Amino acid sequence: MNLALMGAIEQGLLFGILALGVYLTFRILNVPDLTVDGSFALGGAVAAKLIIGGSNPFLATAVAFVVGCLAGAFTGVLHTKGKVNALLAGILTMIALYSVNLRIMGKANLPLLREETLLTYTKALGIPNLVISGVTLLTGVAIVFAVGVLILKLIIDWFLHTDLGLDLRATGDNPKMIRSFGVNTDSTTIIGLSLSNGLVAVSGAWLAQFQGFADVGMGIGMIVIGLASVIVGEVLFGSSSIFRVTLAVIGGSIVYRLVIALALQAGLDPSDLKLITALIVIVALTVPTFAKGIWKKQVVRTVKGGTDGA
Amino acid sequence: MLNIAGVHKVFNAGTVNEKIALNNVRLQVKSGEFITVIGSNGAGKSTLMNIISGGMLPDTGSISIDGKDVTRWGEHQRAGLIGRVFQDPMAGTAPNMTIEENLAIALARGEKRKLSFGVNNQKRELFREQLKLLDQGLENRLKTKVGFLSGGQRQALSLLMATFTEPKILLLDEHTAALDPKRAQLIVDLTEKIVERHKLTTIMVTHNMDQALNMGNRLLMLHDGGIILDIPDEKKRTMKPQDLLKAFETARGGETFSEDRFLLT
Repeated sequence: MNLALMGAIEQGLLFGILALGVYLTFRILNVPDLTVDGSFALGGAVAAKLIIGGSNPFLATAVAFVVGCLAGAFTGVLHTKGKVNALLAGILTMIALYSVNLRIMGKANLPLLREETLLTYTKALGIPNLVISGVTLLTGVAIVFAVGVLILKLIIDWFLHTDLGLDLRATGDNPKMIRSFGVNTDSTTIIGLSLSNGLVAVSGAWLAQFQGFADVGMGIGMIVIGLASVIVGEVLFGSSSIFRVTLAVIGGSIVYRLVIALALQAGLDPSDLKLITALIVIVALTVPTFAKGIWKKQVVRTVKGGTDGA
Repeated sequence: MLNIAGVHKVFNAGTVNEKIALNNVRLQVKSGEFITVIGSNGAGKSTLMNIISGGMLPDTGSISIDGKDVTRWGEHQRAGLIGRVFQDPMAGTAPNMTIEENLAIALARGEKRKLSFGVNNQKRELFREQLKLLDQGLENRLKTKVGFLSGGQRQALSLLMATFTEPKILLLDEHTAALDPKRAQLIVDLTEKIVERHKLTTIMVTHNMDQALNMGNRLLMLHDGGIILDIPDEKKRTMKPQDLLKAFETARGGETFSEDRFLLT
């Protein structure tokens, strides 16, 4: 595999954390949350500022998580307590965060070139590239990333199977029912939005360290990339169980990056990328609907009458 | 067990659409009573259920459950005391979650949620045992998503989820109305079995006069936001639907009972 595709896999894993965050709100809570664009850059900004200030990069990433959670909680409180429409609440937080991020960074771009970052630590591990019969399949960095993302994925799987996690899932599935069992859906919504944006901020912090700078504009379009990963992942790898769908979402993120890399290699201009992203999401959203329509018609023709589960 | 004192609820107060949904309602329910509630559309049955569950707060009056004043408690705060089954079979369960996950949520009713596994083998054993009572073969389908079950099965599961933690009060909100007669009968039988088993204090709204007379041990008729008939067990046993209509006319001074949805048989 060539260098561009290797890079795409590394990025796909890194953005897989973003995708997991978006999955938590978009699928589990059934809330479209646009805070993501702001909280992604927030994570990058906070981590960069702390690392430049001499913080340990692990600590900086952890702080990014906490600050991302706060941003999500703010959207959650606006939406549940302030009764602001979920989309609008997210947009408001996102816009507010743009100014906050500039304040944190002090300028529009913070370089991390000579700083000690997660990437330095990763490289210091000295994990060799995975080479099979002369073809490099995974870089050492990608292997470390994969382990990190999988650990996060397993933590999310576990969380979604705890009592609290079940409540969160039921909040998105049937809020009336879960309220009748004594759960305050305002709280579960706020918790879900917090965790989601915490993960998104970690993804932003990780990207800033990986690419060597944080930029105030680095969050733009992240929600669409997250959605693309979730939807593409579900379509390609299935969503029958939590364990499977969280893996699928990471897979979707990698596939998305590979498609982008191939599009660039095919000679498309980088400025066309947002258009391509939108097209990928549109195709992934509409094709299954059309396909289902065709499939349903066939089923009706072949199997007359319905089946009854009773 | 349940004490409703002077509860008043007005919708759209001060507008032309003003509607007195509950008019100074007083009701005392003893522990173990199984009350059936009938009344025409707009009589205030649903409002009464919502006032008890906490879905709505009364304008005036007070509500206490088991000696505790719950008048200002929200729905989720009262949920530890109240189990509820809705008319819509889709309303009481989460379709994209498995049977065991739904039951785990029900098991944690009113408790503080922890970060331990919602379903474990010990709970599975309990769920299997409880599901066997439904006689629907669900005990072997713990990992099936609830969305794949039929309406009758989902309603049976809702009933189990509402009751197996033995709430102080069980509210049944026309819970057989959306089912075909055969499934409705199944749910009626299950209701009687479960209420009897746990000696649950129950309030059931129904549109079916036969159900109202055959089930439970006390009957209330609501009209224009008030309780116009309160029939005790001994009298209820001897009554037929026609007697109920006559009692309504007497109570209303000659007004005939009109309600398209009412089932006489």
